[in-house]
Parts: sequence; structure tokens; C-alpha cells
Amino acid sequence: MRLINRSPGPALRVFLTLLPFVLVLVAYMIASEARLAVNPQDKLLPAPSTIAATAERLLTEGDRRTGRILFWHDTAISLQRLAIGVGLASLTGLVFGLLIGLVPHIRATFGGFVAVASMVPPLAILPILFIIFGLGEVSKIMLIFIGITPFLIRDLAQRTVEIPHEQIVKAQTLGASTGVIALRVALPQILPRLVQSVRLSLGPAWLFLIAAEAIASDLGLGYRIFLVRRYLAMDVILTYVIWITILAFLIDLALRWLSRRAFPWSGDGL
Amino acid sequence: MLKKLLLATTIVATTAMPAFAQEKTEFKLAWSIYVGWMPWGYLEDSGIMDKWADKYGIDVEIVQINDYIESINQYTAGAFDGVSATNMDTLSIPAGGGVDTTALIVGDYSNGNDAVIIKGEGDLASLAGKPVNLVELSVSHYLLARGLDSVGLSEADLDGVINTSDADMIAAYATNDVEAVVTWNPLVSTIMEEPGANKIYDSSDIPGEIIDIMFVNTETLAANPDFGKAVAGAWYEVMALMAAGDEGALTAMAEASGTDLAGYKAQLASTEMFYDPADGVSFTSDDALKSTMVEVAEFLFDKGILGEGAPSPDFVGVEYPDGSTTGDASNVKMRFDTTYMQMAADGAL
Repeated sequence: MRLINRSPGPALRVFLTLLPFVLVLVAYMIASEARLAVNPQDKLLPAPSTIAATAERLLTEGDRRTGRILFWHDTAISLQRLAIGVGLASLTGLVFGLLIGLVPHIRATFGGFVAVASMVPPLAILPILFIIFGLGEVSKIMLIFIGITPFLIRDLAQRTVEIPHEQIVKAQTLGASTGVIALRVALPQILPRLVQSVRLSLGPAWLFLIAAEAIASDLGLGYRIFLVRRYLAMDVILTYVIWITILAFLIDLALRWLSRRAFPWSGDGL
Repeated sequence: MLKKLLLATTIVATTAMPAFAQEKTEFKLAWSIYVGWMPWGYLEDSGIMDKWADKYGIDVEIVQINDYIESINQYTAGAFDGVSATNMDTLSIPAGGGVDTTALIVGDYSNGNDAVIIKGEGDLASLAGKPVNLVELSVSHYLLARGLDSVGLSEADLDGVINTSDADMIAAYATNDVEAVVTWNPLVSTIMEEPGANKIYDSSDIPGEIIDIMFVNTETLAANPDFGKAVAGAWYEVMALMAAGDEGALTAMAEASGTDLAGYKAQLASTEMFYDPADGVSFTSDDALKSTMVEVAEFLFDKGILGEGAPSPDFVGVEYPDGSTTGDASNVKMRFDTTYMQMAADGAL
């Protein structure tokens, strides 16, 4: 039997899924133990028990000055920034992607511009963003927006162009106007693709969020990570990294679930 | 897969291992760009370091790290035998992290290089109710805390401090949101060129409290006194060149820091360099250093920077040249030692 035709059984599947996680954990524990044996106060690779204790403190104890539990405040403000940034980017990406893909005049106008603009590294023009949008919430949201919108537009425009031309012709013979074709033929096929593209953009979106928070901020997950890096508090950083990973994973899972529920015609994806 | 992982684990666990007390012949120092540390780059480039290292039969490599905090973190993790840092960051990162660290060369203190700048008229008291942009938990933060203290205010009286990357400080200052910044040179001189920029407090108001030092691993130094001798010898050779106004050396340092000779000299003017090793020795032996370190430890503890394992500001012990200590005498992790500066002063290197 060829290798590509062999599938693991249920038990083996669970084992194989867990294996890389366990290996990484074991590797971490060995390295941590080795360093702590030399210097019990080593901060670089804290013991898992230290991370657990730090996590418990972060999740339950308030800040000494304000009494707020900063962990939840950081999470709330970061998720808010991420949601607004990704939300605006999705909406813009959908509208422009659809129009560029469908309307030749708009494609001629914006197609080239978006292709070029998507190549500009947003982090390199930060000072300009600061002057235009200030240092507050707007600049952080804009960095996420500028970072992922061009990709979304290009991807969705491409998907729109790829809609079989026969469908468009058929809709026209049935008397559909441009607006009806956009809303009834193209949109239902593009929406599931939008969710897929957003899932793929979430990685870059987190990156831009953390970069924005590292530059000028007083609250947020990225802010906290860069702040405590000043005294190498890896126990705090790792707690936040695990938390960000969980959040990103859950958001990804939720989007996949949404895609399946809302667009059952789009089929299964990874 | 398993093999690779084990290999990777071994590499992480061993390459960056805290240095053991053992004799060796190869040493690595890390430094980052700052007016008082530019000589380190010149030491490496001019071959003066190699000359002195050869004299003692060792090899010393001086590596520039672009990110100051990262250079200290790398040293703390064990990738370097020494690092250029301030007294404050050394107490919090390596010493607080259990890496026993010794001040080999006390190079200078900031005498105006760090400053509080506001837009328009005002003084420290007018900061009340305003947001202040700075690199949080840095010497800027310490300077602000000392300044506010001097006029009876505290950080709670501000409209918060906003952590702002030093790389973006100048762009941040140009935005309307920003009313006050605390930062260091060369950023201070660039910001002061803006119309309306008003310096209301700087480190010359707290002279000798923000100290720039070459720190080395205590155990490595104890096992390899030649390492200390070679570095001190090379450093003070360059100090003599600078004190004599050697244009070649100063221009090289100016260009490496991204300015010209005049700009570099302007920055040196607000830096109290200890060109003469005897000055470094007397500064380090002065009792004022003890009260500075106590002040710094209290600031660090107040901001939670000493870590959660720190029950009080006295958690880390600091030892001084006369053998006295501040903080926990049973947990001395930071030492001021004038041995090698004294050797340089005596011409015994």
C-alpha cells in the first residue's frame, strides 16, 4: 500500500497530534532545568512551575497602584484594537476586491495602485502614520488596517476574477444588472473566501498589533511584553505568549466554524 | 525529529550557559551606541584592544548590539562576558537575575544627557495632569521620578506615562498628542532643535546618579585577572587619546554614532567622562555612590522591576570598594571594584 493511502487509526492520530507539543515541552523542560541548575535565579527559561505561579498571579492579583487586573485590561484593549482593525480591513477588502475584480474601469484605476501599495512595508513609514493619525488608538488600528488590507483586496479581487465567466454571462442573459451580479453571483462566492483570507491575515494582524503597542502605548498585550522585557521577566512574557497563542487559535477556530455555518456551500477547508 | 529536538535543546542549554568560573582565553564584550560607550567601538576598530589582549595572551572581542536592552539580556543569558550598561539596568537585569556582576570600568556619568522636555513654557510642576512619553522603566523613568519628587509630585499626579520606543521618540514628539517627553542623547539634542522645545530638568540636576559602566561577570573576572587588565589597559589608552583631543579617534567615534565631530563634542559636554582612571576610582569609592544605589534600588522595587521574588528594595546586595554593602549582604550580586582602574591609575598594567 502506498504511503499516501495509509491513514492512522484514531488512537495513533491523537498520539501523533500530541507528539510535537510534548516534544517541545520536554525540550523546554530539559533546557530550563539545565540552566536553573547553574543559576537558580536564571530568568531566561523559567521552570514551568514558575510560569504557572506567575500566570496565576497575573490572572488574579490587581496592580499595586490601581488595583486593576492588568492582564484582562491588556487583553480587552488588544482584542478591541485587533477587532476594529481587522473588521475595517475586511470590509474595505471585500468592497474593493469585489469592485476591482468585477468592474474593468475600477480595476484599471486601482488594480495597479493596490498592487504597488501592498509592497510598502508599513513599519517603515511609521513616523508618517504618527503625524497623520497621532499616537493614540487610531494609529494602532491604522497600522493593522494598512498592514493587511492590500493583501485582502488583492486576494479577493483575484477570487472575483476567477469566478467562471459562464456564470456572469448566464446571469446577464437572465437580465441581471451589474449590481445584482455583484450581490447575487459574486458576493456569495467571495464571502467564504473573505473568511479564509482573514484567517490567513490574522498572523500579520497580531504582528502589527504587537508592533504598534510596542512603539507607544500604556496598555495592551504587546505593550506588556515589551515592557517586562526590560527586566527579562520571561515568566511574564511566556504567560502572555501562551495566552496570545490561545487567543489566536480560538479566533481562528471561531472563523472556521463561522465559515462552515454561514457558507455551507463553500465546502471544508483546513 | 527527536534527534533534532534533542540537539536543539542541548544547544540552547549549553551555548548560552552562564559562564563558569574557569580560566579561558577568549572573551566577548557587548556594547551599544551611546556617547559614553563609543570608545568601545573604537577600541575594537583601531586594534588597540587586540594590542592589549595580545600583551596578556588572550583574545577579547567587542561586539556592537543594536538594541541596548537586548545586549544586557544577552549578557545575562551568558552569551557575553561583559556588557556596557547603566548602574540601574544592571541592578535590575543581571544582578536581579542572579548573575554576579562586577563594575570593571566606571566610564562616565550622565551630566545633562538625559532630559525632561516639554512643549512651550513651564516647569516640573506644570507636568501635573499631563501625559509623559518615555521609555518606561528606563533611566528616563528614573530621572522623571527624581524630578517629580523634587517638586513634591509623584507619577500618580500625571495623566499617565506612555511607553514610547526610543527609536520613535523624535517622530512621537512631532505629533500633537505628545506634550512632554523624557529621553536621552542624541535624541535630546535633535528634539531641542524643534521650535518651542523647553528642557525643564536634566541629569545634571542629579549628577552622578546615572552611571555608565562596563560590567563583567564576577566569576569570569576572578578566574581571569588578565582579562580585566587587558580591557582596562586598552580603555585608558583610548581615554588618554580623547582627553588629548585626538581628532582621528574622536571623528571615528562621532561617525560611528551617526553624527559629526562637533555634534559628538556637544554630547560629550553633557557627559562627565572619567578620562583619568584616578577620577573613576575616587568617584567609585565615594560614599555618595551608596546612597545613589539605595535610591535606585527603591525606584526599581517601587516599579516592580526587581521581580516578584523580591520582597523588598534590599533584595539584591551591592558591594562597594571598601568592602561595605547595601541591600542583602547574603545575596550580593553587584560589585563595584576599583582594582583594575587603580592599576591603570598606578600605571601597573
